[in-house]
Amino acid sequence: MTDALSWTWHYDGVILLTGILCAVAASLPGNFLVLRRTSLLGDAVSHAVLPGIAAAFLLTHSRTGPILFAGAVVAGLLTALLTELIRDIGSVDEGASTGVVFTTLFAAGLVLIVQAADSVDLDPGCVLYGALEDSPLQTFRMGGLELPRVTLTLAAVLLLNLVFVLLFFKELLISSFDPGLATTGGYNARLVHYLLMVIVAITAVASFEAAGNILVVAMFIVPPSAALLLTTRLSHMIWISAGIAATAAVMGHFSALILPRWAGYRSISTAGMMTLCVGLLFLAAALLSPSAGVLTGWVRRVRLSLRILCEDLLALLYRIEERSGAREISTIASVEELSRKLLCGRRMLIVAGWIQARQGRLTREGDILKLTDTGRREAALLVRSHRLWESYLVTEGVGRGRIHRQAETLEHYTSEGLRSRLDTGLPDGTLDPHGSPIPGEHDFRSPPDA
Amino acid sequence: MSVHLQIFVQLLQSASECVLVLLAAGTGFRERLSSLLLFEHYNTRIVLLGATLLGLAAGLVGCFTLLRRRALVGDALSHATLPGVGLAFLLAPLMGFDGSSRLVLLAGAAASGIAGAVAILFIRSLPRLKEDAALGIVLSVFFGAGVALLTVVQQVPAGRAAGLDRYIFGQTASMTAADARLIALTAALVALLIGLNFRSLTLLCFDEGYAAARGYSISLLDLLLMSLVVLITMIGLQAVGLILMIAMLVIPAAAARFWTNRLWVMLLISGLIGGLSGFFGALLSALFADLPSGAVIVLTCGVLFFGSLLLGRERGVLVRSMRRSELAAAIDREHLLRGIWELRESAGEESASESDRRAAGFEELLNLRSWSAGRLRAQIRKASAEGLVWLNSLGAVELTRRGVMEAERLVHHHRLWELYLITHADVAASRVDREADAIEHVLEPELIARLEELLLQRQRGSAIPASPHDIAGAAVQQSVAAVQEDRRK
Repeated sequence: MTDALSWTWHYDGVILLTGILCAVAASLPGNFLVLRRTSLLGDAVSHAVLPGIAAAFLLTHSRTGPILFAGAVVAGLLTALLTELIRDIGSVDEGASTGVVFTTLFAAGLVLIVQAADSVDLDPGCVLYGALEDSPLQTFRMGGLELPRVTLTLAAVLLLNLVFVLLFFKELLISSFDPGLATTGGYNARLVHYLLMVIVAITAVASFEAAGNILVVAMFIVPPSAALLLTTRLSHMIWISAGIAATAAVMGHFSALILPRWAGYRSISTAGMMTLCVGLLFLAAALLSPSAGVLTGWVRRVRLSLRILCEDLLALLYRIEERSGAREISTIASVEELSRKLLCGRRMLIVAGWIQARQGRLTREGDILKLTDTGRREAALLVRSHRLWESYLVTEGVGRGRIHRQAETLEHYTSEGLRSRLDTGLPDGTLDPHGSPIPGEHDFRSPPDA
Repeated sequence: MSVHLQIFVQLLQSASECVLVLLAAGTGFRERLSSLLLFEHYNTRIVLLGATLLGLAAGLVGCFTLLRRRALVGDALSHATLPGVGLAFLLAPLMGFDGSSRLVLLAGAAASGIAGAVAILFIRSLPRLKEDAALGIVLSVFFGAGVALLTVVQQVPAGRAAGLDRYIFGQTASMTAADARLIALTAALVALLIGLNFRSLTLLCFDEGYAAARGYSISLLDLLLMSLVVLITMIGLQAVGLILMIAMLVIPAAAARFWTNRLWVMLLISGLIGGLSGFFGALLSALFADLPSGAVIVLTCGVLFFGSLLLGRERGVLVRSMRRSELAAAIDREHLLRGIWELRESAGEESASESDRRAAGFEELLNLRSWSAGRLRAQIRKASAEGLVWLNSLGAVELTRRGVMEAERLVHHHRLWELYLITHADVAASRVDREADAIEHVLEPELIARLEELLLQRQRGSAIPASPHDIAGAAVQQSVAAVQEDRRK
C-alpha cells in the first residue's frame, strides 16, 4: 500500500500536515463570516492583498519576511474598511461595494507588480494556485532541525485563530447574531468586526504561500456552511466545521496521490483536490443532514405518504366489506379498483399492499387483496377515528359537506386517548353524521355474515 | 450645478448612442467593419473595439444582477466556467472533436457556468444558508476543481499550447479579429435577450413576489439572468481575464446607480461607463507599454465609479449631503419663526407695544434649542434676506408682517399635530412637543385640512389653537432667568 502511494513521511506527511493546518485555520474564522453573511469577504480580502504584497516587495525586494506579511495584512484590512465606507456613504449594496473594492485593488496590485517585474519573479499565478507540493522543500534550520517554514507559519496562525475564537467566543456570538444587543451590552461590535477582519487577512496571507488562495477561500466558506446544515449551535458548528476541513484535507491529499495514476497522468493540484473534496463533503451534508438534508427530507416525506396510504388502504377495504355486508365477497378488491379510489399510482399501492401483507394485516392472491383479522381490527380503529371526528366536527358547527375531508386528514394522527375523549364528548356514540355505525374501541365486532 | 449635470448626462447619452451605432456597424455590416479595422494600427483598433463592446454588454447585464442584490454572481459564475474548459479539453478527443478548438472550449465553459448557476439556486433553497454562502461555495469549489483539471491539462502535450491559463489572467493585448467579432456578436445577443425579457427581468429585480403572483417562474428568470452572466463571461474571460470580467459586471452598474432612479437610463449609463472604461483602458495600455490592459481597464472603471459616487445626480454623495443640509436649513428656519412667535405669545398681551409682541432677543432664541450661535446667526441672516424677520433698533429679532403670517401657519401646524397626538394617539401631553417637532416640517396641506376638520370643529373662532402644554420656550426662559438670578447672588 505504502509503495503504491509512494508515500514518504518527510515529504507527504508535511504536505498533509500543511493542508490540514491551512484548512482548519481558515474554517475557524470562516464560521463567523458565514453567519454574518459576508462569506465573500474572504475571497475579496485574498485578492485585494496583492497591492500590499507588491508595495512591500518594491520596498524590501524580498519575497518573504515580516514587511511583506504586514503589507498584505494592511491591504486586506483596507478592503474591509473601504467596503464598509462605500457601502455606508454611497448606500450601495454590500456585495456591489465588495466587488468594486477588491477588483480595483487587485488591478492596482497587478499594475504595481508589472512595474517591479523587470527585477523580480513575483508571479501572480503563485498567489492564486499556490504550490502545496512545494511546502516540504522550503525549510529553515532551527536548533539543528530542518523545519518546513510555511508549515510552522500556518501552525502559528492556527494557534492564533484558536485563541481568538476561544477568547472572544461570547463577543463573536453576540455581535454575529445581534450587533445591536452587543452594543447595548457594552461590547464594541465594530471592534470585534475589525478584529475578525485582521484575523481573516492574516489567515489568508499566511495560506497563500502554502496553498494559494483557492484552498483558503474555500475553507473560509464551505466547511462552516456544511456545519450550519448539520447543527444550529455555534459551539458545535465550529468543531464540526474544523472536522470537515481536516477530513477534506486528508481526502484531498490521498485522492491527489491516487486519482491521476488511474487516469495515466503524472500529478494533480493537491490544493485543487482538497477544495473539490470539501465541496463533495458539503454536497453530502446538503443531501444527508438529518435536519436539513434534501434527501433525508424526501425520504421522510415518502415514508409519511406511504404510511398514510397503508392506513387508507386498510380503511378502504374495511368500508367495501361493510358496504356489501359480506365478508367472503367484500374483502376482495382488485388493485386497479383500489388505485383508482385511493388516487395513487399502481406502484405505490403495490408497495403499500406488500408492507401490509408482511405485517399480517392482509393477504394477497394475485390481483386480489383480503383483510386478515388483525388488519380488520386496525382498520376498524381508523374508521372509528374518522367517524368520531366527523361527528365531533358536526357538533362544532362545521358544514356536512366539509367534514369528510378534515376527518380524512385527522384520522391518521388520532391516538386511543383522543378517540375516547371524542367519544365521551358526543351525545350519540353509535352512528356518524352520514348514518354509518362507529366501530367500538375494544369490543371489536366482525361484520355480519352474508 | 444641476444644469451642468444635465448637460453631462446628455453628453453621456449621446455618446452611448454613438457606441450603439458602432455596435450595429459591428454586427450588421461586417465588410464595413473589417475595412474600418484594416488600418495601420490594426491590432489596436481590434483591442479598442473588443474592450469597448465587452464593457458595454457587461454593463447592461450588471445592472440587473446589481438590482437583484446579487452583484457578485459574476464573481461566482466566472470562476465556475473554469472546470468546464478543462473538462471539454480533456473529454473532447474521446468524442472525436478537437479539444483545443474554440467552440468546444466555449461549450464546456457554458455548460459548467450553467451548472454553477443551478448549484447557486440549489444552495439558496437549503435552510439557513444565504445568498453569500451560495455564491462563495460555488465560486471556490468550482474554481478548485478547475485548477485541479488545469494542472492535468498542462501535462497533455497539446494542453500547454492551447493556452488555457489565458482564461484566468486574460491577454487583452493579444485579442484577435475573431475574438472581437465574437464579442460583438455576444454583445448584440445579450442586448437582444435583455430587450425581449425587459419586463420580466425588471419585475424579478424590483418585486419578486408580484412576479411570482403574475405567474412568472422565479427560478427560471434567475436562471435566465445567470445565463446572461455566463454568456458574457465565457466570451470575456479569455479576452480580458477573470478579475476584469468581475469588475466589468459590478462596477459600471454600481456607478450608474448614482445617476438615476430609472432603469432604462441606468442601463444606458452603465453600458456607457463600461464601454468608456474599456475604450480608455485599452487606449492607455496601448500608449504605455508596461501597463497591463486588463488592470488599466479596471482602474479606469474604478475612477469612473469614484466620480459617480461623488457627483451622481440622484444618489451621489454631494447631492445627498446638499439635500440633507437644505432640509436642515428649512427646519432651522421654521424653528426660528415659530420660536419667536411662541416666546412672545407666552409674554402675553400686557407687553407694551406691538413690536414687542413680535420680537425676541438673540440670547432667548439661542437658549430655545440646541443650535450653535453661528447656525442661528446664519439662519437669522437668511430669514431677513427673505423678508421674514429684521433686526430692530433694540437689537432684537423681529418678525415682519409676512414673518408673522408664516410663523402663525407653522405654529398652527405644530399645535394641530400635538392635538391630534393627544386626542387620537394617546401620547402624553408632556411628550407631544418633541413628537410634533419631528413631523411638523413634512405635513402636507391635505393632511392639515383633514386635521382641521377632525380637531377644530369646536374652536372655529381662533385660527391658532392654544398650546396644550407649557411652552418649552417659556420654561427655558424661566430657568435661564433663575440661573442668572443665582449668578448675581
